[in-house]
Amino acid sequence: MKTTLFRTASLSAGMVLAALTVAPPAHALTAYVSNERDNTISVVDLDAMKTIKTVDVGQRPRGIAVTADGKDVLVCASDDDTVQIVDRKSLQVVGELPSGPDPETFALGEHGTRLFVSNENDQMVTVIDVPTRTVVTTIATGVEPEGMGVSPDGKTIVNTSETTNMAHFIDYATHKVVAAVLVDPRPRIAMFKHDGSEVWVSSEVGGTVSVIDPVRHVVKYKIHFEVQGLRSNVIQPVGIRFTQDDKTAFVALGPANRVAVVDAANGKVEKYLLVGQRVWQMAFTPEDKYLLTTNGLSNDISVIDVADLKVIKSIQVGRQPWGVAVASP
Amino acid sequence: MSDLAFDTIEAPTRGFTVGQYLICLRGIMWREALRFVHQRERFVSALVRPLVWLFIFAAGFRQILGVSIIPPYETYVLYEVYVTPGLIAMIQLFNGMQSSLSMVYDREMGNMRMLLVSPFPRWFLIVSKLLSSTAVSILQVAAFLVVATIWGVDIPTWGYVTVLPALVLVGLMLGALGMLLSSLIKQLENFAGVMNFVIFPMFFASSALYPLWLVQQSSPVVYTICRLNPFTYGIELIRFSLYGKLDLLSLAVVLIAAIIFTIGAILAYDPSRGLLVRRGGGPA
Repeated sequence: MKTTLFRTASLSAGMVLAALTVAPPAHALTAYVSNERDNTISVVDLDAMKTIKTVDVGQRPRGIAVTADGKDVLVCASDDDTVQIVDRKSLQVVGELPSGPDPETFALGEHGTRLFVSNENDQMVTVIDVPTRTVVTTIATGVEPEGMGVSPDGKTIVNTSETTNMAHFIDYATHKVVAAVLVDPRPRIAMFKHDGSEVWVSSEVGGTVSVIDPVRHVVKYKIHFEVQGLRSNVIQPVGIRFTQDDKTAFVALGPANRVAVVDAANGKVEKYLLVGQRVWQMAFTPEDKYLLTTNGLSNDISVIDVADLKVIKSIQVGRQPWGVAVASP
Repeated sequence: MSDLAFDTIEAPTRGFTVGQYLICLRGIMWREALRFVHQRERFVSALVRPLVWLFIFAAGFRQILGVSIIPPYETYVLYEVYVTPGLIAMIQLFNGMQSSLSMVYDREMGNMRMLLVSPFPRWFLIVSKLLSSTAVSILQVAAFLVVATIWGVDIPTWGYVTVLPALVLVGLMLGALGMLLSSLIKQLENFAGVMNFVIFPMFFASSALYPLWLVQQSSPVVYTICRLNPFTYGIELIRFSLYGKLDLLSLAVVLIAAIIFTIGAILAYDPSRGLLVRRGGGPA
């Protein structure tokens, strides 16, 4: 315990020092990475491709997003049972959102004003109005809600359940679960296409992505992954991201250290890109120029050039990076 | 050394023009080129050898999960990407040795006399021979890079250009080393031993197959040997230049080694004081 304390103390001291010595550039594209193990957020300058600051936040930061107005960064401090608000200018925690217990991840809906937080242990979803920082409502879900997806029109919430291997479709107006779709073991992430025509659900243990029709609530098809030379059990799909035009999807494959590039029209895997170890979550920079991946075991983020489909750089961040969010200058 | 002897060696070199030097260089180059074209097996084996490593060794290697980031790489690379500069250097190493093998052959067959009776200064003949064998090695590397690129080894486009100066330097260094060794060998049969005792140790005790930090973890002794091996620096010079970067230490080591080996080869082939005379193997 002492060593941990000492380490934390010296680490924070180092971070303060680093923060003091490196001034952030005025108009840089910035990425914010939540470091689950360090209880910090790494601020990455994407012009210099460097971590320029480290901000102390609550315990076990995971889900992370930038608010619609671009002023704040929201981060789930899972072990502190809260969602913290970090001011982008001062890089200080300026407030909290009443997230309910153990928030792991969230989705921003309705133009970034509504936050849908999954509360794993209480089997519910907490909906928060971001501007007023108040709970709008709570919705009961399936067992152990994990991933959160909100349809572009904000009418449907999709919640994945780790234990029942189901994706629950919840009608936001009535708060009722309207459908439960069976997918492969341990569903992680639910992601709507920008046009709302499909929901993709990644199954970490099953090693697949299920493509679901959100109207008929059926699995249209499943995407399988195969990397030459790798055993199938290390291929564990987690994060999913669609390009703005919905033509290409990127799927993070966890300990396979690869991001799969998928033709989003037919689910055909076009390419595998080598990134850092245990790739987890991803985020695009504006206009889909770069895709950033968090690599949990190698403590870095990889930068993918989306046009070239090449990994151009890996940038050191804190320990066990979980999520990443990008803010325009 | 008598004045007379001095005159007979030096006199003819005085009157040569640059054009005449170029004719001589062209002649040596042409012979090397002809040898390259006619000995198709040599070209094929020069190409197959690194490709076997690339296709079979690299494919079966367990670094399929990515090699940790070390300069000059900006991100994780597959093992086949890591091993490519080492294989390029291997092509040049074999070529340098084979080119000097041909010197032994020439000497045994008597062809070398044709070269050595040339009135041009010996150093010029040696350097011309080195340049021509380096040019051949670059052709072999180019062919290898074409196949490697098709195989999926990703190299920045301009890397194919920036690697050229490094290839020239490394080619010269290894060619000169081969030539120095060839002066010590009287018979073709002995050369096989040199291949065993020079090529393989040089190749394996280097950063060709594994990053040096990995070698260091498993054996500090081997690591030290790798560090003392000039071939390691040749590989690193090629590796950095493929990504448009310059590793100054590697450049310095390769330059110095190339100069030392070349001077050694020139001295070894010098008719008045060279090893050829001393060992009684020189031209009659």
